Amino acid sequence: MISTSAPANKAVESNLVIGKKAKVPKSVKASRRTSLIVSYILLVVLTIIWLYPILWIFLNSIRVEYNSSNQLIGIVVSHYFPKSIGLENFRRLFTETLFPRWFLNTLMVSSVSFVLSTLLTLSVAYVMSKLKFSARKKFLSIAIILGLFPGFMSMIAIYYILKALQLTQTLFALMLVYSAGAGLGFYVAKGFFDIIPNSLLESARLDGATNSQIFAKIILPLSKPIIIYTALLAFIGPWMDFIFARVILGETNRELHTVAVGLYYMIYGERVDSNVFTMFTAGCVVVAIPIVTLFLSMQRYYIEGVTAGAVKG
Amino acid sequence: MSQISETKNEKSSEISRFLSFFKNLGIKIKNGFLKFGNRFKDGSIGTKLSHLIMGSGNLYHKQIAKGLIFLVLQIAFLFIFITSPEVNSTPLGFKSIINFITLGTEEGDIFNPTDNSMLMLLFGVIVFGLIGLFLAAYSSNIKSSYKADLDKRKGKKPTTFKQDIELLLDERFHIAMLTPAIIGILIFTILPTIFMILIAFTNFDSQHPAGQVLFDWVGLKNFADIFSGTGEISVRFGPVLGWTLVWAFFATSTNYIGGILLALLINKKGIKLKKLWRTVFILTIALPQFISLLAMRNLLSEYGPINAMLLELGLTDAPISFLSNAESAWTARITIIVINIWIGVPYTMLMTSGILMNVPTELYEAAQIDGATKKQAFFNITIPYILFVTTPYLITSFIGNITSFNVIYLLTGGGPGVPGYKAGETDLLVTWLYKLTIDESEYNIGSVIAILTFIITASATLISYRRSKSFKEEDAFQ
Repeated sequence: MISTSAPANKAVESNLVIGKKAKVPKSVKASRRTSLIVSYILLVVLTIIWLYPILWIFLNSIRVEYNSSNQLIGIVVSHYFPKSIGLENFRRLFTETLFPRWFLNTLMVSSVSFVLSTLLTLSVAYVMSKLKFSARKKFLSIAIILGLFPGFMSMIAIYYILKALQLTQTLFALMLVYSAGAGLGFYVAKGFFDIIPNSLLESARLDGATNSQIFAKIILPLSKPIIIYTALLAFIGPWMDFIFARVILGETNRELHTVAVGLYYMIYGERVDSNVFTMFTAGCVVVAIPIVTLFLSMQRYYIEGVTAGAVKG
Repeated sequence: MSQISETKNEKSSEISRFLSFFKNLGIKIKNGFLKFGNRFKDGSIGTKLSHLIMGSGNLYHKQIAKGLIFLVLQIAFLFIFITSPEVNSTPLGFKSIINFITLGTEEGDIFNPTDNSMLMLLFGVIVFGLIGLFLAAYSSNIKSSYKADLDKRKGKKPTTFKQDIELLLDERFHIAMLTPAIIGILIFTILPTIFMILIAFTNFDSQHPAGQVLFDWVGLKNFADIFSGTGEISVRFGPVLGWTLVWAFFATSTNYIGGILLALLINKKGIKLKKLWRTVFILTIALPQFISLLAMRNLLSEYGPINAMLLELGLTDAPISFLSNAESAWTARITIIVINIWIGVPYTMLMTSGILMNVPTELYEAAQIDGATKKQAFFNITIPYILFVTTPYLITSFIGNITSFNVIYLLTGGGPGVPGYKAGETDLLVTWLYKLTIDESEYNIGSVIAILTFIITASATLISYRRSKSFKEEDAFQ
């Protein structure tokens, strides 16, 4: 993919600029200004629409309103802006629920599984991109076919396999499940490795470097963006997923839940207290702040990965 | 006329390719056996003995560590296979093969527990897999010993264990790198997938819970049930499939067009603070979906702020039930598609922004020399370029939407419901499958749906990839 090589992101913001600046007649200037103003208005409207639900979660988390019998109103209310604010919801979240536990669980699972899945993904991607061996084509097509099976199709079976191994309802099982499939998600990283010129590897090989040395000393140092991209997604995965976690951990083992499962059951489980919505949003805020911060600070790498991955298909 | 003959040619070449595949397979198998025989005749005593006792050839050539590994593998395999140790009171070994065929015979009474048909099926698959792995190890044991024979004949020393390890870091580095990934994929992807495919051919459902009631093979009955005219799968399959395709079409196209428009807007010449605007939308990607979707669900509830706002503005007299209006399924469906725009557009926007920055400048320069206006350049270069580059993305995103789970499950849970059936009005094939298996224990029907989903996505992928230009030219870029 010559045309989308990685460093291009640093290129000028827009290539739409064509030609040199010629003298512009006044009428054109005016129409350009109106078009800019319209664009700004559109952007502001879209921003409001996009931030509306996100801000709502935040406002709910700090909403502390009491009813006439002096009980905290935790349900969804019809006014968007809270009438009085405070940190009561957070206090309740940390003292009355298992949220701190869920948070630690998720942190543990994602710390382990992101290391494992990054290693797996990168090694498969490197092998598929740079090493030529007889079963390569076969492995590629099997990977594509397997990717087309709906993931949940195997979920039940995974549940029973874990049960046969007596691993269900443990966090270890969750780590295994999150990392084990990583070998199939190598496309984006492979697309990145494909760009690294083969001549570089060949000259190293002439100097007597082995394939493992090439991987460790040439490929990895050049692959910082894709390593970060892979690691970022793998780390965030457990914070976002609630399907696998839900099936494997079950509803009753509350102290084993991850944040997604725990918070989901807080408002949609079998025994729900309807008055906990504000507490739920407080939980969402606590989860969202580190994840969003992490994500935004790694934005550059994410965009690079998305662009490379999409074009690669 | 010529076109017809062309397609005919294409077809006949497809058929001949198909036939030659089997022919080649036959030749390969034949060659395999010939090689096997030759090695046995030609090999040293050690190699001959390797056919019976694994590792003996390596031990004969003083490759102690390697030989011992093969020997231990064989002993361990035979031990498990013959003794059939019980795991969760179901044997794992040669008995598993018998159980795989019968799926259990012990009906169970006060003294004896019922055979667990599900575990028997699972262990059957595992044992077949183990046999396959064992045969691979067996063949590599002979190969390794024969290679040592040949080395010796050439006057070289057979490779030492240390050399073998070093090879794994160089010439055979791919084996070292792929093995962990393949083990993971075998256990957590391939094994479960095969297991679930097999369940589609049994009567494992809520009437036959594993370990309490035996279930058995029923052949193609579950597939035939689709056409029977009664029952969940037969009545609901058509509507659910139809909605799944409608959803996938609109979800893909709205996100695609919206994303491109948004990217063009943000990247427009003269717009300042591009990074800030982009970050606003990236926020949606960064926020876990269970948070944003559950928030949307509550925002849109009948007592939520959006209905309150609409009432206040006088746009509606009574709260609108956006996501659970049982009278008109399309209220919920359209709402979902609109919310999905909120979820998905930022992603396409990011991707298209990247592509916009990468449009080869030569194209514009050439256009400029030809005297094209900006508008012409935009419609004749920028847009076609985006379309060309994103075709594969469009295909994968369509497939992704067919199997998208979060949006539907977290927003409506498949509802509004259809009385008498599990599949609601907004259920996609995958959410239906999830409900049937996880909530209702109708494993066999769920599995049939999964197989059909796979067939749909796989054929959509194959057809579109074959036709898409960028796929055909994929190699040209490498």
